Amino acid sequence: MKFEVNGAAYDVDVEDDMPLLWVLRDELKIKGPKYGCGIAQCGACTVHVDGIAVRSCQLTAGQAQGRAITTIEGLGAPSALHAVQEAWIEHQVAQCGYCQPGQIMAAASFLNFNPTPSDEEIDKALSANLCRCGTYARIRAAVKSAAAKLGGA
Amino acid sequence: MAPLGKIARRTFLIGSAAVAGGVVFGVYAVRKPHRNPLLDDLAEGEATFNPWVKVSRDGVTLITPHTDLGQGARSMQAALIAEEMDLEWGDFEVSPGVPSAAYYNRALAYEAAHASPDPTSIQAKMMAPVIMTAIKMMGVQGTGGSSSTRDSFDLLRKAGAVARETLKKAASLRTGLAVADLKTGRGSVQLPDGSAIKYAELAEDAAKIKPVSDVVLRPPEEWRLIGKPMRRLDIEAKSTGALQYSIDLEQEGMVFAALRVSPRRSALVDYDAGAAEKMRGVKKILKVTNGLAVIADNSWRAFKAAEAIRCEWAPAAYPAEMSGHWDEVAASFTPERLEAEWRNDGDVDQALAGADIIEAEYKAPYVAHQPLEPISTVITVTDDRADFWTSHQFPRIAQQKVADICGLKPDQVYLHNQYAGGSFGHRLEFENVTLAAEIAVQMKGAPVKLTFRREDDFEQDFPRQIGMARPRGVVKDGKVLAIDLPIATVSSSASQMARAGVSLPGPDDQITAGASNLPYALPNFRVAAYRVPELAPTSSWRSVGASTAGFFADCFLDELIHAAGADPLAERLRLMNDDISRKVLEAVGDMSNWGSDIGPGRGRGVAFVKSFNTPVAEVIEVTMTAEGIKIDKVFVAADVGTIVDPVNFENHVQGAVVWGLGHAMNCEITYSDGMAQQRNFNAHEGMRLYQCPEIYVRGLENGPEVRGIGEPPVPPAAPALSNAIFAATGMRIREMPFNKHVKFI
Repeated sequence: MKFEVNGAAYDVDVEDDMPLLWVLRDELKIKGPKYGCGIAQCGACTVHVDGIAVRSCQLTAGQAQGRAITTIEGLGAPSALHAVQEAWIEHQVAQCGYCQPGQIMAAASFLNFNPTPSDEEIDKALSANLCRCGTYARIRAAVKSAAAKLGGA
Repeated sequence: MAPLGKIARRTFLIGSAAVAGGVVFGVYAVRKPHRNPLLDDLAEGEATFNPWVKVSRDGVTLITPHTDLGQGARSMQAALIAEEMDLEWGDFEVSPGVPSAAYYNRALAYEAAHASPDPTSIQAKMMAPVIMTAIKMMGVQGTGGSSSTRDSFDLLRKAGAVARETLKKAASLRTGLAVADLKTGRGSVQLPDGSAIKYAELAEDAAKIKPVSDVVLRPPEEWRLIGKPMRRLDIEAKSTGALQYSIDLEQEGMVFAALRVSPRRSALVDYDAGAAEKMRGVKKILKVTNGLAVIADNSWRAFKAAEAIRCEWAPAAYPAEMSGHWDEVAASFTPERLEAEWRNDGDVDQALAGADIIEAEYKAPYVAHQPLEPISTVITVTDDRADFWTSHQFPRIAQQKVADICGLKPDQVYLHNQYAGGSFGHRLEFENVTLAAEIAVQMKGAPVKLTFRREDDFEQDFPRQIGMARPRGVVKDGKVLAIDLPIATVSSSASQMARAGVSLPGPDDQITAGASNLPYALPNFRVAAYRVPELAPTSSWRSVGASTAGFFADCFLDELIHAAGADPLAERLRLMNDDISRKVLEAVGDMSNWGSDIGPGRGRGVAFVKSFNTPVAEVIEVTMTAEGIKIDKVFVAADVGTIVDPVNFENHVQGAVVWGLGHAMNCEITYSDGMAQQRNFNAHEGMRLYQCPEIYVRGLENGPEVRGIGEPPVPPAAPALSNAIFAATGMRIREMPFNKHVKFI
């Protein structure tokens, strides 16, 4: 089965129903997408598929093949971080950090579609991602900073 | 973190102060420091001055033995050493080091030694130094009890100062200049002529001299790092996806393991793995304690095969249904189960006699830990060595357990302690480590990664203690006159210790923690602990006993204050007899503009709980909406003596409030047919971002010594919310989770 992840092409022999999350983690060794619940409750596995935030634990290999997949490893480069990552560092959002790749991928996709979100829209969009450490106040602030950066404000 | 004291008492039940002087261990052994483990693999030309600092030609390595569970422990420890060594922030390597007695937790030893129903008694005073000595000799290395900063603050600054002064001495010997003429800065010894010698260049010389022991710590006004906003060392890796947790680690030729073990913690009676064995990628199915492990070439394939095994389990050792648990708790308010009266001021019985008694019943359920990184372990076992990679709060006990399972000695077992994706007390337990070792010892030479499915993690979790309180009280002339607070819970300390192989001989001080230590000058105040016999096994859950007893105590006090017609903040302040705590309460009053009109359909509640010796007050504002209760704002004030990093402090307090509120709102573990009914986050959700209030934090520094902040903001959150809901609605919620009684947006 052929996959395109972060611009690179991969060909792996996996079952049609293997969740993309496990193709990425155990077959391609791309560990940014995290396993948290397996049932679309926590969002730690969030990746972009054709630019849209998707729960990689719910998308099967069969559905994902041939589409452009971006994980947090491909969101920015060490020399040129994505504005959302910069904002996450600036606000020191992470505590344990385990949910943050998913939070960042969700925020990046959200801001792509809604560059000037209201507080309410941020709350709604990011509430599908669970943070057990409770970094929500900082996530909100970081999303606003990132929106300002992306909008050039 | 009460168990340490219990372990020590149990191991050294000798009621004589002479023991502390060295009768048992010998004076020399007691006074001697533990061996510096860095000496064990020191390369030529490398210098180490103590267990926390190593300097080589390549640079400086700081050892940060408190496990980083997400609380920023590595950065905090590094900052304390770097402050005294005059290292530039980040201009060093950081390592968790190896498990070692040298890193025994001095703060927990002190606290454990002084936990007694009557700390001023002669017996308690005699036992305290005995217990402290015992914990040192046992070398209990542990992260927990909000003790990392307390344990590290003086010790690690001194370690840094010793390194600094020794490097100066090495420079002095090399240059012929007097030590007094040398300064340090930017990771170098600076000479009077303006030139500098990097520490790394002095490693070889420093290795040849004895560490300087007489050092002076920097006065607070000279601190460059402590108290200033810091950038955590892990923040970039955690924002780019680069940080590898143990669940992410890979080894050459590694296989993937999943579990099918009893959700009742009982024996496997019968099974049929026929279908599982034939599934793609499955290599082996092995027996482990209470069940089976599937070994496959991919985690998901192992998960699927584990689910496909048909199993029959023996019944649970605890009541199969929840009613059996609650019946046992409710039946525990008896003289036989009275474990200790931890507080008895005035004459409660006399104050209650003939008075109009206000009484209530409070309940707190089992709650799960469930950090977002499911527990996992990567392990390789050979005939003469075991290596395992996980994140653990008791490194040496985990090491010992792996050694026992593999038939090795502890010094043949290497724990590579990792950054954890959260813990909240979960990583004080051993299931992921022991089951991984059981698998690996059956597959010698093969690296194995055991990952718990989220459902396994819930089922095998040891939740917080279940408990009840049946307080009674009296008010008179607008004041609170008496509180009688009997609390009955299972002992999470005893349960946890049993799994570490030790039984609990004395009373469990966590049953009333957060209640019996309230700094209120109530004329009549009694807090009694009733011990419910073990039901479902439980463990330390972020803030331990105070998360239940603090809720019972503060909420009932609030009931009495309302009954007396007094102001909730003013009456708490009137009763307060501790200046540091009083300032904390005054601060939240000021922050929240307490007493101002907040409009119709809204309510404001205050709560105060002191846990781990850190006083915390919280004011919560709620609004009743058509969709349910909205938590608008939380104001928090806490006093930790000295704040090491104000950024991390604020983040921690906000997170602890979210933790306390989220679980009080909607989380519980219930058992049916002997199994936890909540197996994933859909049924045990906690707080989501849209429910998160604005959280305003003020850190005070009036306390005389440094204290922790990881847990103390948790206990006041639930009572402050219940008190706010009462203020808004007149409805008093006495049972967690609150969503049994009210709806939240």
